[in-house]
Amino acid sequence: MAKPQPGPPLWLLAEVTYACPLHCPYCSNPTELGDKADEIDTQTWLDTLSQARELGAVQLGFSGGEPLLRQDLEIMVKHASDLGFYTNLITSGIGLTEKRIKALKDAGLAHIQLSFQGASPDINDLVGQRKHSFEHKQKIARLVKQYDYPMVLNFCITATNIHEIQEILELATELNADFVELATVQYYGWAYLNRDELLPTKAQLEEAEAKVNAYRDAQKSGPKFIFVTPDYYETRPKACMNGWGSTFLTVTPDGTALPCHSARMLPLQFPNVKDTSLETIWYGETDFAYFRGDDWMPSPCKTCDEKDKDFGGCRCQAYMLTGDMHKTDPVCDKSPDHHLIQTAIAKAGQSQKTLVYRDPKNAIPISIAETD
Amino acid sequence: MSALSLNPLYRLQFEKAQDCYVLLFPEGMVKLNPSAAEILLQVDGNKDEAAIVSALRSKFPDAPEDIDADIADFISKATENNWITHG
Repeated sequence: MAKPQPGPPLWLLAEVTYACPLHCPYCSNPTELGDKADEIDTQTWLDTLSQARELGAVQLGFSGGEPLLRQDLEIMVKHASDLGFYTNLITSGIGLTEKRIKALKDAGLAHIQLSFQGASPDINDLVGQRKHSFEHKQKIARLVKQYDYPMVLNFCITATNIHEIQEILELATELNADFVELATVQYYGWAYLNRDELLPTKAQLEEAEAKVNAYRDAQKSGPKFIFVTPDYYETRPKACMNGWGSTFLTVTPDGTALPCHSARMLPLQFPNVKDTSLETIWYGETDFAYFRGDDWMPSPCKTCDEKDKDFGGCRCQAYMLTGDMHKTDPVCDKSPDHHLIQTAIAKAGQSQKTLVYRDPKNAIPISIAETD
Repeated sequence: MSALSLNPLYRLQFEKAQDCYVLLFPEGMVKLNPSAAEILLQVDGNKDEAAIVSALRSKFPDAPEDIDADIADFISKATENNWITHG
């Protein structure tokens, strides 16, 4: 049966480099970070942005790694805004200066999303493994608002910083954020290596969520807080990427086109913007289309009346946990592999191992369970 | 009544590929139906609700009588969603 034809790729995530001045152990980048020499050049990015806009993409995220490490970022932002994209810069703030904030504004940048690793210098600088970064991020947040950008603050919540939730709420309010993502991390890439150390316990999560709700209830104005619980504590999987190849298109630093930023781990051959047009990538018959529709679905998804809601969950998660990317996401309590999630939850808060900080010198392939 | 403005967090633009107006904001998008788009296009920081109604009446002379209620309803929803601000 032919796969369904998708609508336009509304969201383009441009991962312009994997290089990063921080070393967060929860990073979702692949543990094989690739070679900086393989990064695609400015012109290839500009062509890619033009093609994506032509196909109907409208939201554009500049991400990485740390996108500010690309000295041509302003050129890309200018080109993208001229094309009519809504441009989002997703940054750690390291490398951001008033001069660059102004230059990016002049280039038409619409929004800055700034990450924090904690609400205190102790935790923030420890998680990112960079001294004085907390102080710097606060300074940058004030400048972002001074230059009238909408500002989203992103706090990646893990067992390391979840005890600071109250301080995080207060910090975000003080910094005048418009939206605040309190995102308990998902376990991909480096975060998967460190899962047992990073996954909060259910009790920790419930306490944090209660504090967020109480804070929200007392709020008259100020930031809009969005609390994202980790899917490990759900009984149904997330509608990953709104459905494979339905809405999102990621281009990685070397030009590989992926349906999501983690999909490179899957045993598939993804096309590259260096030699394939985005139109062929999006509408053609490469592995980019592999999990579109529901023909691929195993039991229990195949006959499940919720399959149009969650699309069988996350292919990367199925692959990491079971070794078979075609299986039902083990988060689902109807999955025969759901015990793998329960085992991970049982280990939360127990691990004595040290965290593996994201660092090219620690880069190792993820060990994948082999089955069959 | 005070003038209505689009919240500067949001950007209203026509998208050819989707053949509709959309509201864009950090990492998000709302697709607008034609009447919602027509109302938001009138939200320019100068007009109050009554002026918006009369602008839409002259733009769409064949619109039904109860258009005022529909506009009020949408403006109230848009305010609740923080898309527009008053005064």
